[in-house]
Amino acid sequence: MTNDLPSQITALLKRAGEEDRPALARLLSLLERETAAEAIIRRELDSAPENSPFVVGFTGAPGAGKSSLINALLPDACDSGSRVAVLAVDPSSPVSGGALLGDRVRMQGHSQGQNVFIRSMASRGDSGGLTRITETAIRLLAHGGWNHILVETLGIGQVELDIVNLATTVVVVLTPGWGDSFQANKAGLTEVGDVFVINKADKEGLNQTRVDLQDSLALLSTPISPEIAETVATTGQGVSELWQMIHNQTAAMTDAGLINQRRSLRGRKLLEKAMLRHIESQAKDFFTTKEGEALLEDISQGKVTFEEAINHVVTKL
Amino acid sequence: MSQAQKRILMAKTGLDGHWRGPTIVARALRDAGFEVIMIGMASTDDILSAAVDEDVDLVGLNIGGHIDVAKRAIALVQSTRPDLPIFAGGTIPPHAAKDLEALGVEVYPPGSQLSDIVDAAERLTGRK
Repeated sequence: MTNDLPSQITALLKRAGEEDRPALARLLSLLERETAAEAIIRRELDSAPENSPFVVGFTGAPGAGKSSLINALLPDACDSGSRVAVLAVDPSSPVSGGALLGDRVRMQGHSQGQNVFIRSMASRGDSGGLTRITETAIRLLAHGGWNHILVETLGIGQVELDIVNLATTVVVVLTPGWGDSFQANKAGLTEVGDVFVINKADKEGLNQTRVDLQDSLALLSTPISPEIAETVATTGQGVSELWQMIHNQTAAMTDAGLINQRRSLRGRKLLEKAMLRHIESQAKDFFTTKEGEALLEDISQGKVTFEEAINHVVTKL
Repeated sequence: MSQAQKRILMAKTGLDGHWRGPTIVARALRDAGFEVIMIGMASTDDILSAAVDEDVDLVGLNIGGHIDVAKRAIALVQSTRPDLPIFAGGTIPPHAAKDLEALGVEVYPPGSQLSDIVDAAERLTGRK
């Protein structure tokens, strides 16, 4: 199968471009499974006319309600005449490599409309809150005619924020009681949101969370201040208003030139990340060679320091 | 190089709130290195669109006595992706199990060993 991978991908891309869902689904699988697939897909898609989709990234702590919120937003997102795709990332087990992808449990009842495509993805060891191939997956979905793409990161803490490099607009989902003003002023989450949502707004602690968040965001020096929405995803309260807010915020950011600025930074960030991955895998390969194993042995016996070893290995890559 | 993590869809047919069985099976499959996509209680249409969009290698149905709903889901999946293997568990009476087996579905009734279910998943997805 791997031998004729390029021709298989070309055929699938043609079908996917004609809105063939199984073909698109199979391409996403090849992208995940075959290391060689990503380069082929990117080469083929790069020659296609540029159609950049509207990508909204949803990030926030585990259990904040990201999946439920996306589910609640789907009708509004489709109402604007769009075909909406969801990419939902959940963690892979570092022990078995397996994963339990449960985001879809919250996203039921959309099969009647042909305008929603949902795909679950396991993080497969990537540390940025997404998967290695998310950016290419977004391009594939756009190629398949999905012009609104909602990306759900895995439940994150404070620094796994790769979504910033991929999304047009970033939505950070919080809940009442999420933390005090010190938490809100730490680096990370509060620096990256374009829209902040306090979900589960029917729970105790809403006012305090809003005040802490407002105080923290007031100190940001961004040209467009982030907006704050309050929702109850499970009842739909505030959800249409949130979708409107996401649109208004995106329009304001576009007018201020921020979206273009972000887009031009994206190439650099993605290249950096791809290079680091490449170097990492080469370094790992080196340590499986005889020379690499001998070096590891020397390190463990204290004959060679880390610095010496690193200087030596770098010349080998 | 191929990173062949196999993907399994786990769904419950019909109105049945018993989660423990499918959850335990999903955990065992996860621990065996599979990527398990849970969709919970789902309509036959939702099961079909999930099987297609997620491009899974195997479908696991948890059946809570609603054998006709399960049969509809199976027919729908098989008509769209005839190559896709299906296995089923839950409280399935013996006569219904025979019906399902006649449709090419492997049945693991209560009392089945988790290791047998994992073995079946490996065999049906071609991992073994």
